[in-house]
Amino acid sequence: MKAKYLKPAIFLASLVPLGRLVWKAYNSDLGANPIQVITWSTGTWTLVFLMLTLSITPLRQLTKQYWLIQYRRMLGLFAFFYGGLHFTTYFWLDQFFDLHSIAKDIVKRPFITVGFSAFVLMIPLALTSTQRSIRWLGKRWQVLHRLIYATAILGVVHYIWLVKKDIRKPVIYAIILGILLLYRVIVWVTKQTRDRARIDQPTTPINHKAVPAD
Amino acid sequence: MFIKKPSDISSSEITSRDIYLNRRSFIAGAGALAAGALAYNKFGRILSPSESVLAGTKLDYSKSSFSTSETETPLKDITHYNNYYEFSTDKYEPADLAKNFNTRPWTIKVEGLVNKPQTVDIDTLLKQHLEERIYRMRCVEGWSMVIPWIGFPLSTLLSQVEPNSKAKFVQFTTLYDPKRFPGQQRSVLDWPYVEGLRMDEAMHPLTILAVGLYGETLPNQDGAPVRLVVPWKYGFKGIKAIVNIKLVEKQPVSTWTKAGPNEYGFYSNVNPNVDHPRWSQAKERRIGEFTKRPTLMYNGYGDQVASMYNGMDLKKNF
Repeated sequence: MKAKYLKPAIFLASLVPLGRLVWKAYNSDLGANPIQVITWSTGTWTLVFLMLTLSITPLRQLTKQYWLIQYRRMLGLFAFFYGGLHFTTYFWLDQFFDLHSIAKDIVKRPFITVGFSAFVLMIPLALTSTQRSIRWLGKRWQVLHRLIYATAILGVVHYIWLVKKDIRKPVIYAIILGILLLYRVIVWVTKQTRDRARIDQPTTPINHKAVPAD
Repeated sequence: MFIKKPSDISSSEITSRDIYLNRRSFIAGAGALAAGALAYNKFGRILSPSESVLAGTKLDYSKSSFSTSETETPLKDITHYNNYYEFSTDKYEPADLAKNFNTRPWTIKVEGLVNKPQTVDIDTLLKQHLEERIYRMRCVEGWSMVIPWIGFPLSTLLSQVEPNSKAKFVQFTTLYDPKRFPGQQRSVLDWPYVEGLRMDEAMHPLTILAVGLYGETLPNQDGAPVRLVVPWKYGFKGIKAIVNIKLVEKQPVSTWTKAGPNEYGFYSNVNPNVDHPRWSQAKERRIGEFTKRPTLMYNGYGDQVASMYNGMDLKKNF
């Protein structure tokens, strides 16, 4: 039952930020600088979906609700979706396909360099998000998909660097990301220590269930 | 006593008032107008205890040849897209947060290296000869507007106090009152806001103290009751809600320069060839337009002001 209704519900909820933008645009309610509002909104939601995607693993492990894993891919793809809209807004609405100026921006403006890198790193992840790719890539899939850590870090740096002075909001994202990454470090260190203990005491029966690492 | 003039602005703009002004302050504004300047305080308080609304009072002014004929940015955008950190770092918030900002009583102290220091009342300033100056305004963030300011040349006020020969710069200070300026409760900038001009810039005929826009007294979110407008410089040089003007010998340190010395210089002249360290200044988005337009040197006022900077390295003196 969970799967039957929850999945479409999450899917529709994930489209609400876009729907809201479209509705506001339709009603000319995007304020004095609509393109900036669209850029900020799509950028913010990219970060939110990245954080949501990264919180699935800690959440399912801590709450033992292992079924949560089936929503991770969708959330990740929505991060890519909003990231794509964010990039398109910049490329089209903001720069109006001025390739020269875009290329200069990417090379010269550190905040755009990191933002662009964060987006580019999401492309291989989106492309290999199918069941077939997962099977085909096997162990390498997990390694590849660790790129999301880089995307999330670059995304938050992008936000911090673009703000003129008031960094309260980007710092909130930095803190959340810090916690999500710290959790993984702790899990990794714990596992290392445990594994070493096992090697020291080979008589202990090894109950090695394959736990999908992230 | 404020005398209502037959409308100088088109009826379409008057209609739009209902949209941008909320009803409460509109009624208070109308009430204040009716009550007149003398009875203002008493009636104002009865009508709306926490509000003292003078924004929206019509001003008498003459036209100026310094005005541009470009399309003016709608009042709604000028009053709902404001960089006013004393209220909020969010440009969409000052419109609401400044609603109840009380601009009376208000005096401006003009002091420092002058022969005749003065404390001027805002209502005295409003009574002098005012001009409409329709200027381009280019924000350092990369957007621009065309704003029909009402004001008077800063030089008129400075001449009255007679700066002495030691005065080389003019330093402006915004009101410091965290109770009225919620943004000042956080040290996002080093309060109070301070700006400065070189003497020749301050005396330049394009430099004005604005007390109104679109024919009426300044809306609170645009810097009421009095703000600086220097059209060839980035918008943040236009310090708002001024309470002190001091003539000094040394170059003042502007608030934004203090906040980011390599990003915001003392001069901050609009210059498409000198980028902000983090973004390009070559283009700008005129509010209301879809595609960006090229930014003009000195914001298009080069003919009048470029000579002041002859021989200066503009990359160094950004």
